[in-house]
Amino acid sequence: MSAASHDAHHAHDAHDHGHDHDGGAHGSLKDYVIGFVLAVILTAIPFWLVMGHVLPTNQMTAIAVMGLAIIQVLVHMIYFLHMNSRSEGGWTMLALVFTLVVVVITLSGSLWVMHNLDTHMMAPMPHDMREVP
Amino acid sequence: MSPDLVKTIFGRLTWDAIPFHEPILLGTFAMVALGGITVLAALTYFKVWGYLWREWLTSVDHKKIGVMYIILAIIMLLRGFADALMMRAQQAIAFGDAAGYLPPHHYDQVFTAHGVIMIFFVAMPLITGLMNLVVPLQIGARDVAFPFLNNFSFWMTVGGAVTVMLSLFVGEFARTGWLAYPPLSNLAYSPDVGVDYYIWSLQIAGVGTTLSGINLIVTIVKMRAPGMSLMKMPVFTWTSLCSNVLIVASFPILTAVLALLTADRYLHTNFFTNDFGGNPMMYVNLIWIWGHPEVYILVLPAFGVFSEVVSTFCGKRLFGYSSMVYATVVITILSYIVWLHHFFTMGSGASVNSFFGITTMIISIPTGAKIFNWLFTMYRGRIRFEVPMLWTVGFMVTFVIGGMTGVLLAVPPADFVLHNSLFLIAHFHNVIIGGVVFGMFAGIVYWFPKAFGFKLDPFWGKVSFWFWQIGFFFAFMPLYVLGLMGVTRRMSHFEDHSLQIWFVISAFGAVLILIGIIAFVLQMVVGYLKREQLADPTGDPWGGRTLEWSTSSPPPAYNFAFTPVIHEVDAWHDMKQRGYVRPTTGFIPIHMPKNTGAGIILAGISIVVGFAMIWHIWWLAVASFVALVGGAIAHTFNFKRDYYIPAEEVVRVEDARTEALRSLA
Repeated sequence: MSAASHDAHHAHDAHDHGHDHDGGAHGSLKDYVIGFVLAVILTAIPFWLVMGHVLPTNQMTAIAVMGLAIIQVLVHMIYFLHMNSRSEGGWTMLALVFTLVVVVITLSGSLWVMHNLDTHMMAPMPHDMREVP
Repeated sequence: MSPDLVKTIFGRLTWDAIPFHEPILLGTFAMVALGGITVLAALTYFKVWGYLWREWLTSVDHKKIGVMYIILAIIMLLRGFADALMMRAQQAIAFGDAAGYLPPHHYDQVFTAHGVIMIFFVAMPLITGLMNLVVPLQIGARDVAFPFLNNFSFWMTVGGAVTVMLSLFVGEFARTGWLAYPPLSNLAYSPDVGVDYYIWSLQIAGVGTTLSGINLIVTIVKMRAPGMSLMKMPVFTWTSLCSNVLIVASFPILTAVLALLTADRYLHTNFFTNDFGGNPMMYVNLIWIWGHPEVYILVLPAFGVFSEVVSTFCGKRLFGYSSMVYATVVITILSYIVWLHHFFTMGSGASVNSFFGITTMIISIPTGAKIFNWLFTMYRGRIRFEVPMLWTVGFMVTFVIGGMTGVLLAVPPADFVLHNSLFLIAHFHNVIIGGVVFGMFAGIVYWFPKAFGFKLDPFWGKVSFWFWQIGFFFAFMPLYVLGLMGVTRRMSHFEDHSLQIWFVISAFGAVLILIGIIAFVLQMVVGYLKREQLADPTGDPWGGRTLEWSTSSPPPAYNFAFTPVIHEVDAWHDMKQRGYVRPTTGFIPIHMPKNTGAGIILAGISIVVGFAMIWHIWWLAVASFVALVGGAIAHTFNFKRDYYIPAEEVVRVEDARTEALRSLA
């Protein structure tokens, strides 16, 4: 039996300077610049929407900001984290799916919990304190 | 100097911050200072500073970092337990006219510090330390994936602990309870430095925890020995993987929540204030989205330890390996959809409360499956009741009681009666002591010979176990009774004398646990003194089944001269069965990471950043933050990060082991 293989397994060289990420290529300068510019634009628009009261209702502004945030996340993942479905033998994809599950649970759960709380605890109030600036 | 200048230089730090008027704190300070000076003097006298710095403080060796984590945890356990004794003593005497010896102002800091220290600086370093020590050995790796990051993570954890300890002597700690709920933790109600100490110590330690989580995930995913597929990983490695996934997914939530609270306190935003659109309940909601997974972060590695211990000391393979793995994964997912059970009484409707009540009850199913797996492993096994096995059996009895009271609390109507009562306190101490602490102690006793080459003293180990076990029941069963009678938590004074006897019994239990802790330390001291007798020359003192027992005790710096190839779940047991012959020739140079002082320096600067922020010393905060970022960038230009252990050195170490094994045979 061969309990010991004589070629030290490559992944075990803990401090490996050579990069051999299977599939996940490093980005070029161009990718980083595109990502950076997109990130800046996607950050500036929400500020503008909020500060300039561009959209007619606050709710629409909130929805727009959240939509832009999702695009921002995608930009970060594609341009900065170089993610695609094949890199690292599918592990990044698995990690992404897990992250999405956790994020969806956190966000939808919080919205559900806080909304439920709101309807139970805050419903009929003559002078709604929440609207006070 | 003008007052303005003093304020610019020292922020809000004045002589008033030093607690000269508190005799208890002064006494503690004198003790700590004397002890510290003695230790420093001894280190200087025996000229071990250089050795410590080169071999330990700057080490990137996962085994040494693991050991240092556990030392940190034991030191902080002493502090956290001193807090516990103070609370028990206060509650046992403060009835009617007797005010006790702790004023409420001090008592509130004591229970906050107790909770924070026990969770963040005892339980977390224990599990991270044990995972660091064991996981790379179990998967046949030479170190973790990012050795420098590992060292840095450890020192950041120490940085958080140092920040908490500083609050004892400079200023004060939070008086808010261990999760610092607003509005109490807001500026309006806690204007002093206590909550700031809380925030910055957790933020500093949180960096370390998150990074070590990432590090261990990558290690487990990428660095397993050839042949070790996911379903051939030892159970401890599996539970470590799940625990670290939980760390990486949940600690950012804690960081974000604390950052929002920081903004409320420093920038006067209104995330969690009572007015201007703020909502303190959002804090409670968010912090428990971190807080509940945290519970499983702590207990999953303990489950892994029990799995290893049970199969080793029963001489059988673990009953239901794959059900154990699936149960672990299911718990990992489920732990994210139960958080609301911590605040049923906050005012949600029946639909929300029943959803979270039911998910909470469901989580007991995979946990119960694990208990049965351990019991079936023991069934018809040749059980050796050595100390790790004692802790395991003690866990099974204690934890099941805690689990049952947990299911009780998961019923929302029952929770409305028991919320914030001592019943809750008894419940979570029941699962954390019975689960996490017993598990980590079992793990320490079990893997100690691997780390140091000799077993711990079994007599004092047994003394420690029995005092902990019996002391636990004395200390916490009365709290169940009191909780059912409606006594709430965090009280420093009571009027009803009929309650006193229960608190006295509880304080007695705490004293028994104190003896248990002393015996725990003694088993190490006595073990060290009797190290010749208790030596483990084989590397496999318990008849182990997983890979870490195939190498010497303590393992060489490179762990394995040749990377093993895995065919079975219990890899080492399988190798022994097949008549594995240790290779004695053909050694080649081994590529290893180099030690670096960057971790300890960066963490030291982080403490300064935190301290400056706490005391509003803005110039120092800016300067140290710039130094921190600059130091981190400078470290990236350090290209001398690796070296080769020459083949002759490997040959020398391996020949010595060959010789040692031959003299045994």
